[in-house]
Amino acid sequence: MNGIFAKRRARLLAMKAIRDNYIPGDKRIACPRCGGESSRRDVTGNLSVCPLCGYHFPMGAYYRLSTILDPGSFRELNEKLPAADPLSFPGYREKQRAAQRKTGLTEAAVTATGTVGGRRCVAGVLDSRFLCGSMSAAVGEKITLAIEYAAKNKLPLILFSASGGARMQEGILSLMQMAKTSAALARFSEKGLLYISVLTDPTTGGVTASFASLGDIILAEPGALIGFAGPRVIQQTIGETLPEGFQRSEYQEEHGFVDAVVPRGELRETLSRLLRLHEKGGRP
Amino acid sequence: MSSLTAAERVAAARHPQRPGVTDYIGALFTDFFEQKGDRLCREDPAVLGGIALYHGRPVTVIGTRKGKTAEESLRCNFGMPGPEGYRKALRLMKQAEKFRRPVITLIDTSGAYPGLEAEARGQGEAIARNLMEMSRLTVPVVAVITGEGNSGGALALAVANRVLMLENAVYAVLSPEGFASILWRDASRHEEACGLMKLTAPDLLALGVADDVVPEPEGGAHRAPEQTFRELDRAISRHLAALLRESGPALAAGRRQKFRKIGAGEEA
Repeated sequence: MNGIFAKRRARLLAMKAIRDNYIPGDKRIACPRCGGESSRRDVTGNLSVCPLCGYHFPMGAYYRLSTILDPGSFRELNEKLPAADPLSFPGYREKQRAAQRKTGLTEAAVTATGTVGGRRCVAGVLDSRFLCGSMSAAVGEKITLAIEYAAKNKLPLILFSASGGARMQEGILSLMQMAKTSAALARFSEKGLLYISVLTDPTTGGVTASFASLGDIILAEPGALIGFAGPRVIQQTIGETLPEGFQRSEYQEEHGFVDAVVPRGELRETLSRLLRLHEKGGRP
Repeated sequence: MSSLTAAERVAAARHPQRPGVTDYIGALFTDFFEQKGDRLCREDPAVLGGIALYHGRPVTVIGTRKGKTAEESLRCNFGMPGPEGYRKALRLMKQAEKFRRPVITLIDTSGAYPGLEAEARGQGEAIARNLMEMSRLTVPVVAVITGEGNSGGALALAVANRVLMLENAVYAVLSPEGFASILWRDASRHEEACGLMKLTAPDLLALGVADDVVPEPEGGAHRAPEQTFRELDRAISRHLAALLRESGPALAAGRRQKFRKIGAGEEA
């Protein structure tokens, strides 16, 4: 690491990660799964996993990156890429601004380069706190630029998905991002490079039906909702209650769509190991 | 061209007498040989595909099928494909590439089927795979939105070098009902959604999503199907002729660039 700059980058990411976890007021947090209360500090100190039942809380994008990348290795890509309102949709700009204030992000995706266990890679994260992590043109563009950057620099790619699907206010342009990102991944793949897709809660709609499902290796955090159609829509369509555990990570693993369900505490080590296994000849 | 409102076009696109995939195949192609099955688990009648002659040239033609009678509609799930339908389509497209046949797709679907079994067999994965594989096909791909083109379920057959739309066809991220339901939790506001979604052929031409609009007779395609077929035939022929002059790699690159440009931040 080259001294002062690395330190500065480490501090920057740490600060952004703290911002992700900062919620004014409440010092205690209730787990939506077990209902148990824990101090916020105990939860954030435990990778935002409930200390009582192991429920994985949603994670801010910078916080996620700070738990995966080696300290001081973080360099954000296309940080300034602006949110857009391509259809001039009524009320959309206000929604974007509210989400920006809430999260400190400009859009629902953060992309960066960094190292994991000393190995360089490109990492992208969708942040479900920003309009449900939905796929806007800016999100699609950022992910595509990250894929292209990885392809150009011959780096492995790790994308963490968390998305409610399409960004309604961008209509058809949101839909087109599915084709754009998938086509970029086709090019990336042709270069013999590794793409690891990590599915987190929730990964649905257009993100599931594009880059999230196209990993050479697909990992999922425990208990994450993963599917194309949302459970509410399916229930309305078929008029039956859905089975317990339907569309959860473990269900997707059982049905052959996930290589491994990996608890958050083991994710960094697993990713590091996979990057190592894909080095020339598989040697460290 | 007529000046219908967006909601009127949605109604025209869904008209029960609107020509369907079998009508278009019957009128524009000869010697159609249907190919069934995804070679993995089942045949999905919501997607119809096979080999046919188009002006004497072998092509692969694939379309979504809504069905004409109640019985047929039920059998093909009202044109909402499951993962098997998309996987069959991909199988036929890869085969088209092997035999250097152009691919023509005809799309009229309210979307991919949101069902339990469709999810269990990977609806999302099937669509994603099609998007990726279609982007690198080295044969010409022409997609036509003939009626409704909704969601990833339509896009999974529309990663094409040219995307054509019939004049009253609509192409959207979701049905207006679904859109209103997600955005306002009120599906009854679908007409209002139509006005905002930019889902008509002229809108999509302006946005660079559609490449050409095929005129329909006054009152909609069903009023004078023969005229619709003629216009569509003319458009497909013209675009296909241009694409057939390009090399395989150029076709794949051109298709990728077409989608690469969409939403690439010209607006700040």
